[in-house]
Order: sequence, then structure tokens, then C-alpha cells
Amino acid sequence: MLRWSTVLARIGVGLAVALLVLLIALPLLGLVLRIAPGDLIHQLRQPIVLDALRLSLITSVTATMLVIGLGLPVAGLIATKEFPGKRALEVLIELPMVLPPTVAGLGLLLAFGRTGLAGRSLDALGISLPFSTAAVVLAQAFVAAPFFITASVAGFREVERRYLDTAATLGAPPLTQLIRVILPLSLPSLLAGAAMGWARALGEFGATITFAGNLQGVTQTMPLAVYLALEADLRAAVALAVLLLLVSVVLLLAVRTVAPRHRLSSAAHAVRHTP
Amino acid sequence: MNRRALLASLSLFGGVLGCGRTANTPPPVVTVFAAASLSGAFAELGQLLEQRQTGLTVRFNFAGSQQLALQIHQGAAADVFASADERWIRAVSDSGLVAGAAEIFAHNSLVVIVPTANPGRIERLEDLTRRGLKLVLATETVPVGKYSREVLGKLSGAPGFGTTYAELALRNVVSFEENVKAVAAKVQLGEADAGIVYRSDVTSATAPQVRIIPIPDQYNVVADYPIAVLARARNEAGARAFHDLVLSAEGQAVLERHGLTPAGVGSVPTSDAP
Repeated sequence: MLRWSTVLARIGVGLAVALLVLLIALPLLGLVLRIAPGDLIHQLRQPIVLDALRLSLITSVTATMLVIGLGLPVAGLIATKEFPGKRALEVLIELPMVLPPTVAGLGLLLAFGRTGLAGRSLDALGISLPFSTAAVVLAQAFVAAPFFITASVAGFREVERRYLDTAATLGAPPLTQLIRVILPLSLPSLLAGAAMGWARALGEFGATITFAGNLQGVTQTMPLAVYLALEADLRAAVALAVLLLLVSVVLLLAVRTVAPRHRLSSAAHAVRHTP
Repeated sequence: MNRRALLASLSLFGGVLGCGRTANTPPPVVTVFAAASLSGAFAELGQLLEQRQTGLTVRFNFAGSQQLALQIHQGAAADVFASADERWIRAVSDSGLVAGAAEIFAHNSLVVIVPTANPGRIERLEDLTRRGLKLVLATETVPVGKYSREVLGKLSGAPGFGTTYAELALRNVVSFEENVKAVAAKVQLGEADAGIVYRSDVTSATAPQVRIIPIPDQYNVVADYPIAVLARARNEAGARAFHDLVLSAEGQAVLERHGLTPAGVGSVPTSDAP
């Protein structure tokens, strides 16, 4: 016979799942049901939509690359070494996750703006970041970096010491260990982190509009286009929103299907081929 | 999971579900939705009303008029709506959401502002077309954005201005901001070389950081600000009190101090005057 506590626990969990699914799925359903497929196709042909979509894809991919390039060494350092100021570095890296994006945008403006801390020197070199596509990328990288780095640190920490010891015993130099053992074993975490960062960059709004402004084809990404269309034409806004939703779903699904396969194959590969 | 923790989490759900209920007595709160350009003047008027009617709280939602209209359409709990143009109050009133008629309570006009340091070396309106300038305007859906384009259009072909003036100036726009305060902020921070805002946006707080380049009356646009009590107002008496204060001689004086042009006491209703 089932115990009362078990029954209650099941009801509780069921209720929680149902409420959470409603909370997330209902708004999405609301968007999708609001639009006819014909409308979506019609909107796709609008130059403003095409510009925003193209800009969003280019900037978010660039920002993700930037975050991976700079984030990997930082994550490796945090995961493997102890050094003074490590705590401070970790807090600093996580900070953009909790900052309201508008604050991030204002900060970026005060740092890289024409009269900003670093902006003054940049301006002297003839580089002006605000209102440029580069500013969009910076804003996106700023908010996306913590997602990638925290996931990567966790991934690196999961790599078991004994694999590295085995590799070292067999004479593999550190670089070989990194390429043949550490990266393959932590690849699922790295991919998941990159996907999270990419998704965050794609959805970035507040920092972008504050730091980069809003100009079609230059700084108007999909989220900005959705927000501004909302005030002029609700149908266009819904179409844009659904489009952004579709792109995000495709991306997340792609990562889901790639990541587990890599985990298995790369782990097996690493074990088999470690010299 | 033990039983107590479970019950606690279940009662939490109950709390979440139950909080949608509203009290039967009207709350002593007036919620005013007002155009971003009114923030200074209305904040002062709100305080004034709170001092008069103890226990009453006046809450504000300042944003672009178009965004406020959208929120009201979507059922936001607002008692009063003050828009920066008639278009958006008409949008609300056409849906039957306005109680009575909207009334014009103030006028505003536009100015060009440049940072005090004036990095673009802009001395006259003619300079706005100089290549490479960074001009910031409000987006077209915001009243001030529409007015800014009208002003540029009126200046095109005026004596001393070329016929392509508007086109050349618009080519210098680096950003179409979503409300007028964002335009003022970009100029204040020195990021934009120039911006077009309402005269009332040059407040005592912004004045030290910007310089004004006036737009002559014949090329300027006079913005009419209408105010209305909303049909779904939850605190109609409070809403009426705020509405009346704005239109009173005292309210008009406050508006004038904040750079708006008073519409005159006992202002002209937008519907047919008797």
C-alpha cells in the first residue's frame, strides 16, 4: 500500500511540473497561436525583418566566438589552479548574470563611450564604439560570457584526475593532454555553455539598446525590432517574436542532439587513443 | 521529502494562486500613465495631490505614449492617461477605454540639444547636415520622433536650408531611440553630437550638460498634450482629482515651470466646445 507521504509527494511534484510548464509554455503558445503561417512568411520578406535577423545571427555568433576564445583559457585557469584573487575573478565573471541589462549597457557606455574611461583613448585612435555593430557584439559578449565560463569550469572539473595521470605516465605532454583528453571529455559541457551563451546573446535587449542604440541594419537586432514593432504594428511584432522563437528552438534542439553523442564518442575515443 | 516540507510547498502554491484576488474597497492609489516628457512636472503634481489628500498615493508609469497606449489596451490597471499627442489617446478612446472626453492641458515644442562640450561643433540648425555627425532622434512611433521628422521636413527648402536638408540630416542619425529621455541621455553623456527633444526635457538636471539650439516658431511643431480619466479606473475619484489638478491654475503653473506651455485655465476640450 502506498504511504500517504508518497502520494502527497507525487501530487506536489506533479503540480509543480504542471504549473511550471504552464508558466513557460502558455506565453509561447499565445505567440504561436496569434499568427497565421502566411503572415509569418509575409513578414519574412520585409527588409526590416531580414535586416534584424541577419544582424542578430551575425552578432550573436561573433559574440559567442569571442566569449569562447577568451573564456576557455579563463575557465581552464579557474578550474585547475589556485591563485590570489581567484574568488574576486569568479565573482566578477558571474556579475553580468545578475546585473539588469540596462545597467550593463550604461556601464559599457561609460567605459567605451566617447567620453568613457577607455573610450577616450579609443576615440583618439579613431575608434568609436557606441552606435556601431561592434557595440552590439560587445554588449552581447558581456552578458553571455558568464554562461559559457561557468559551464566550462564545471566541465573541466569533471575530468577525472586519473585520466590525466594515465596520459602523463604514458608520456603525453600537457598540450596533448589538453587536446586528446581534457577537451574531448568536457566537450558536452563546453557545447552546453556555448549554447547558453549564444541564446543569451541572441535575446539580448537592454544592454544593446542602451549602448549600441537602434538603427536598422546596423544595431537593430531581432529583440529590438520586436520591441519597437510592438508599438507600431502588433502583427509584425508577433511575427518577429515567433521567428526568434523558432530560431532559438532549432538551436537548442541542435545542441541537445549533438552534445550527448559527443559525450559518448569522445570519451570512448579519449580512452582508446590515449598513448 | 518529509510531510511538513511538502505541506509548506503546497501552501505556497495556494498563496500564489490566491494573490490574484482583489479587495472590494477601492484602493487609495491613483495610477497615472504619462508620456516620458511629463515625468518632472507630473512627479511634482503627484506630490502636491498626496499632500492635499492624506492617505492617497499617486503612482506613475512614465514611458513613450505609444507604449502606454499599448499597455492600456492590454488591460493595464491605469486610472489616468496623459499622452504626448492626440493620436495615442484617440487610439485608447476609440476602444471605449476613456471616460468622458480627453482635454488638452499643455503644449510643448521642440529644440535641438548638443553636449556642452559640443564635439560636433554645431552652432546652427544648418550644421545638422554636416557629414559624419552623430544625430540621435526618437523613433517614428513616439510622438516626438514623428514631430522631429516634421520639423526637419519644414526646414527643407526654407531660406538658408537646402531642399535635401531633411534627407541629409536623417542620414546622420545613428540611433532611433524608443523614448525622448533616452535621446536626452545620449546627448547628455556626450555620445551623440546632437538630438531633438522637447523644450521641457531640458530640465534643471539636464541643463548644465547640454546647450540648446532653438528651432524658430514657424518651423517648429506644437505638440498638444491630452489627458483623460480612463473608463476602467479603479479609483475614479482620485483620477478625477489628479485630472482636475493638472488643469487648475496651480497645476498649469507647475507645468510651465517644467518648460511646458500651459493650455490655459479651463482648457479647450477636444470634443466640440459649447
